[in-house]
Amino acid sequence: MTERELVISKIREGTVIDHINAGKALLVLKILGIDEKTRETVSLAMNVPSRKMGKKDIVKVEGLFISEEKLNKIALIAPNATINLVREYRIEKKFKVKPPEVVRGILKCPNRMCISNAREPVESIFYISLKGNEVVAKCHYCGRKISDLAKFII
Amino acid sequence: MRHLISIEDLNKDDIIRILNKSEEFEDVALGKRRSRILEGKILANLFFEPSTRTRMSFETAMKKLGGEVINVSAQEASSIAKGETLADTIKVVSNYCDAIVIRHPLEGAARFASEHSRVPVINAGDGAGQHPTQTLLDLYTIKKEIGRIDGLKIALVGDLKYSRTIHSLIKALTLFETKIYLVSPPVLELPKEFLEELGGDIEKAELDQIVGDVDVIYVTRIQKERFLDEEEYRKVTGSYKITLETVKKMKESAIILHPLPRVDEIAVEVDYTKQAKYFKQAFYGVPVRMAILTEVML
Repeated sequence: MTERELVISKIREGTVIDHINAGKALLVLKILGIDEKTRETVSLAMNVPSRKMGKKDIVKVEGLFISEEKLNKIALIAPNATINLVREYRIEKKFKVKPPEVVRGILKCPNRMCISNAREPVESIFYISLKGNEVVAKCHYCGRKISDLAKFII
Repeated sequence: MRHLISIEDLNKDDIIRILNKSEEFEDVALGKRRSRILEGKILANLFFEPSTRTRMSFETAMKKLGGEVINVSAQEASSIAKGETLADTIKVVSNYCDAIVIRHPLEGAARFASEHSRVPVINAGDGAGQHPTQTLLDLYTIKKEIGRIDGLKIALVGDLKYSRTIHSLIKALTLFETKIYLVSPPVLELPKEFLEELGGDIEKAELDQIVGDVDVIYVTRIQKERFLDEEEYRKVTGSYKITLETVKKMKESAIILHPLPRVDEIAVEVDYTKQAKYFKQAFYGVPVRMAILTEVML
């Protein structure tokens, strides 16, 4: 039995998000819109020892196949995350998250003078790009660039 | 072109087309030829911040082309702003006119307005953000006064850190084959991150080293508020001031530009030299805005 399986048991069907940067699992749930109203069984492990990453977080959502589009948003804060879609205890599909080109309503612009922070019917829009290994986002409205995106999740 | 929000929305061909069109309107701006090309059209000037020059030059441009202008003063605009959202204001005003010119204190306000407007929106400055019509008139001045933009050496002098005019102008200049010199006190240097994004031939320089070699010196105001103490401010501004001595070292054919208003970064005596083109530059705002108005409305 591996160390990981000691922490959380295998799931029969659903989505497993592995290799999340340590400490970011709660934000991952937030991005996926998983909160107290969720009916599925959600298990979460933080600071699990990992050979590749030192420490990592893992999230398992039973009975729910989260869309690839939604899962890719995780790349904003956990660019190394891998997704396993599990059916009958077997991995049906495995992929690494890819940052989306545009995200809406997920990041908050830190520029206080940006129209997206005004009392207006406005949803934040950011354009995502990769600068080396780092995920960078640029505000559609004021052009402000941000990195370390975990700080800016709404 | 539907809206004009940022100079980055334009490519080199768009810019050249607008500059050529501006040239066609110059005799109308000078009163030598009449045009009614925008007759029956109404422009709404929506200025949420005071501005004399930009608002007046848009108004002049529109009227000289036979169009009408409705104005909302800064005071009226700010009381509107208290009562309703910008989105609602734009939805209402865009029913009354054929185009909107907007100046607003918040960055991105013009882009946001364009998303709620049924008519074209022209950005006349959104906080520290964009002011594309200024950039187009700067480029037009260079083209008119020197005959070309490609192949020129251009020094940008003063506040390169905060000046939106400078930021837009650099982006546009890098679309052309220009050599750009950045001349500023260390505290007001062009932000590193901004510089990294730019392509083109750009280097830092001292004014003394390049003054005899450049074709254009573009001067901006250094604001007192950017400095911790007045002594430091005085020391810094002194070394970036354009005087008759500076002009003597310049090429005969070189020009001095400034977006205005100036404080004391260009000595008044310089106004009478043939290199001084900043008042001409203010005039060129009219034909350039005529070109922009026809571009979005026709």
